[in-house]
Amino acid sequence: MDFGPHLLLATLEGAVTAAILALTAMGLSIVFGVMRVVNVAHGEFYMLGAVIAWFIATSLGAHPAIGFVAALLLAPLAVGAIAAVSDRLILSRIDYDPERTIVATIGLLYIIQQATLMTFGPDARPVEPPFNHRIALPWVEWGDGGLALYWPWGLSITSYKLFIIGAAAVVLTGIWLVMTRTRFGLIMRATQQDREMAMVFGVPVDRTFAYVFGLGAGLAAIGAVLVVPVQQAHYLMGHDPLLLSFIVVIIGGLGSLPGTVIAAILIGMTDGIISVFFSPTLAKIIATLAVAMVLVFRPQGLMGKASR
Amino acid sequence: MSNRVSKSTITRRTALKTLAGSTGAGLLLPGLAGGAFAQESGPIKLGFQVHRTGIGSAYGRWYERVATAAIARINDMGGINGRQVEMIAEDDGTDPRRGAEVVERFANLHNVDAVFGPLFSHVVIGAAPRAGELKMPYFVVSEGHHVASGALNRYTLQPGITDVKSQVISMAPYVAENVGKKVTMIFPDFAFGHDHRDFFTDAIAAQGGEVIQQIAVPPTETTFTRYFPSIPRETEVVYHVMVGPGVLTFVREMGEFFGGQGPALFGFIDSLEAVDIASPGLEFLEDSYFWEGMPRYAQPDQTPHEAAYRAAVGVDENGASIDDPRDVSTYAHMFGVWETLAVMKAGMEAAGYQGPDDRQSLIEAVEAMSDMPLSDDHPQGDKVFNGRTHQVFGKQSISRVQDGKLVRVHQTSIEDTLYEDEVDYTAQSF
Amino acid sequence: MTDRAKSYTLHVGIVVLLAVLFFVLPAYHVGNLARIMVLAVYAIGYNLLFGYTGLLSLGHALFFAAGMYGFGMSIHLWGTPTALALVLGGLSGLVVAGIVGFLALRTRDVAFMIVTLMFAQAGYLTILYFGPTTRGDEGFVVSDAGRTLFGLDLSDEATRYWAALVLLATALLGTAALVKSRLGRALIAVRENEERAQMLGYDTTRLKYIAVVLSGTLSAVAGAAYAILFGYVGGTFATVQYSIFPLLWVLLGGAGTTIGPLIGVIFMFYLIDISSGFTDAYMFIAGVALLILCLFAPQGIAGEIRRRGLKWLP
Repeated sequence: MDFGPHLLLATLEGAVTAAILALTAMGLSIVFGVMRVVNVAHGEFYMLGAVIAWFIATSLGAHPAIGFVAALLLAPLAVGAIAAVSDRLILSRIDYDPERTIVATIGLLYIIQQATLMTFGPDARPVEPPFNHRIALPWVEWGDGGLALYWPWGLSITSYKLFIIGAAAVVLTGIWLVMTRTRFGLIMRATQQDREMAMVFGVPVDRTFAYVFGLGAGLAAIGAVLVVPVQQAHYLMGHDPLLLSFIVVIIGGLGSLPGTVIAAILIGMTDGIISVFFSPTLAKIIATLAVAMVLVFRPQGLMGKASR
Repeated sequence: MSNRVSKSTITRRTALKTLAGSTGAGLLLPGLAGGAFAQESGPIKLGFQVHRTGIGSAYGRWYERVATAAIARINDMGGINGRQVEMIAEDDGTDPRRGAEVVERFANLHNVDAVFGPLFSHVVIGAAPRAGELKMPYFVVSEGHHVASGALNRYTLQPGITDVKSQVISMAPYVAENVGKKVTMIFPDFAFGHDHRDFFTDAIAAQGGEVIQQIAVPPTETTFTRYFPSIPRETEVVYHVMVGPGVLTFVREMGEFFGGQGPALFGFIDSLEAVDIASPGLEFLEDSYFWEGMPRYAQPDQTPHEAAYRAAVGVDENGASIDDPRDVSTYAHMFGVWETLAVMKAGMEAAGYQGPDDRQSLIEAVEAMSDMPLSDDHPQGDKVFNGRTHQVFGKQSISRVQDGKLVRVHQTSIEDTLYEDEVDYTAQSF
Repeated sequence: MTDRAKSYTLHVGIVVLLAVLFFVLPAYHVGNLARIMVLAVYAIGYNLLFGYTGLLSLGHALFFAAGMYGFGMSIHLWGTPTALALVLGGLSGLVVAGIVGFLALRTRDVAFMIVTLMFAQAGYLTILYFGPTTRGDEGFVVSDAGRTLFGLDLSDEATRYWAALVLLATALLGTAALVKSRLGRALIAVRENEERAQMLGYDTTRLKYIAVVLSGTLSAVAGAAYAILFGYVGGTFATVQYSIFPLLWVLLGGAGTTIGPLIGVIFMFYLIDISSGFTDAYMFIAGVALLILCLFAPQGIAGEIRRRGLKWLP
């Protein structure tokens, strides 16, 4: 493929990756920002979202669109509830101590993974997309008669992939509205800025934390439900989203929501675009080191404030 | 000495009975006490190293089903040397360190007579040195080239499944003649993929073809579309092989990319092992070609031996579980477990195996084998075992998707799959 | 007895106990202990940085792998004499830790965690990228010649055990001495309060750098030892999983205690080994055990012992 169309394709595919990543990382970022804990089980909540989506879609057995919509509504709720319960049962009892939280969430990771393996099994299972059309895309070139449109071989995207990008944008806007315009958002921001002060002002920090933890997991689950018609539900699928989300959150700047979105776009896209120029694995090495260097020279992240 | 594989007289009925009797059984829990010495009157204990968890678990589940059925069949036929066979299964998590630890458990805790079963190359290579040190016969079912390449040791054998090198080189003549000569290869960027790349690139060149582009996909990848633009326009055949949970995504995105007008496709069934060809989004695979170790769909000329095997392991004519037609097996690979156990039995009988002291004679007896004709022991087909390289050779199939099913269009000869020996394990000391 | 004497008795006692166990335990557990001791050296290396200096790295697999490949590749490619190859293994860890430390220490807290994670990820991908020489994920078997050191065959069960014990004893007694030394106390001061340590006149940046390099080198030695004792070099050991393991071992055993890493490895190893004997869901049991420990023994096992009585535990 020529350079131009190849770049366009890599950009489009990168945008899909970035959309999912933004949702998943946003969940982690909110938890990180408000509760100041590292949730190692975040990827498993993502995986649970996909698996529950598969379960809902197949047990309904109706038209793919109905199954998908049901999954999109119910799976995040279920995952959020599981997360909120584990917050109450475990994290709150260890006082959100940073190191103990790491151990506890690793424990949670093992439990969720193994439980899924024993019930859902080891196979990768597909969910049918609600709709899926291949859209061939044109490109311009200088022909004999000046600028002309043509349809390069393979330059295409599917309608469902475009839907992923749109849906992610809608959800993220919703989150932004919740954070800035609602009482719950105000409570979260207050808790994030100063936990003690928020408590003094009567914020029910305990309950807020449970909601926040549930919300974070629910966002990961939404990302997973959106992605599962493109990829498949598999019990080990939480690994990469966890690592990438971490990176996005830190690069974006701790607790900065716009930073998280920008970083997700940056990381989702660079991977694809660098792979236009280098062999894929080399591209991944370069992208990984580049991200590390951003942090080395700007440790507070892109949008973070320098530490006091 | 020639072949010692006895022809069995199993009927379809006994095979079915075996299956019924073995459902749910098979996993005898190991005692924690350990230290029990091998009793030469008790059962023969075979350790089954299985990928129950980790990335190999989709294969491991089916390997375990086949192993359970094969052991039940052996016991129905009177066991080995008049003794019943007890299988002790241990999960290695598809991890090389755990694999080595599991081999230690078999040798020192369970005191098994021999170990069989691991599939993933890194696990085999990680555990084989321990098997050698513990002088434990280690029958791998991995299709890796690591055994025949000489990287392992005298105690490690692969008598039940052919290796990737012989599979790949035997594909080249058919691909060059019937599919196309200008090939673009897409493979995972790790050792298994590199084996495909290296062996096929040479083999197709020998047929007057050419690999015009090699696309290595990082193994951590979950989305693939961005790699397809690197496929040159003049490509006549895309040769694809992919493993892991992302395979369905890979194949589907390839279909979306070409939109029904791309080059011909030739794939290794690994790209779709345990995946239903009728999955949504795979319609474009119609008319494409696949290598198969053993045809997943029962072919019109299916032998009675294969029919008996299918029934014994509980797989229908579409290669899916009899209980659940959506549960597709790893049919192209899992016969290796069945045949490995048959070879172990034949080897133990030829060696007059009594207990762990006879492990060396067991190795020597297997090394002495050569022809393994099509039979209930070898339902995949005729095989030739090379005792020097510890590797078995057999016929390979090329199937084409027609009306959503894989139909065999070509079967190689065993000669097509042979290559020069790269090692002589029999020259190594025990 | 003074605290120093108690501590000395404890560490020598552990080494003697491990030596006695060789004669007492059945072959299976002797084999396990050999492996546990090598992994414990890795955990001790990790503990130097995490437990004593307070820096949480998620990239130690890079150092472990550097030692493993530094040793393994020099044997595999050039047939280097074993002793020299071992030194090369340690040196590669030293160099890699030197570079990573130089860059990563510009960051702190979670950013440090992520930067080390990313370097390790890049390292893992590099092993895959150079697959034709490294054999990537599949790895390779170390030759018999490469496993013979000063005429000793390290693939022999007994020799392997004693070699692992010598290594562990050195690491254990070494850290015990280190944490009582001026340097060790300075590192702990950095962990407790970096600003205050700075005010007291410590060059904290230099101290942290020393900790990264020491920790990385010791991890690399463990990696090289694993390769020589168990005969395998593979990409799996460079994955994130192997960065998380030492963190887990150290947290379980007791961060900032000399014996914690060893206890953590033994605990985790036998937890999985025993539970896998009666259920497939051994990871489930491991997960539940982690939660229980986390709820009821927050300082880890050795930390809990120290809290409940043995205050002198180093």
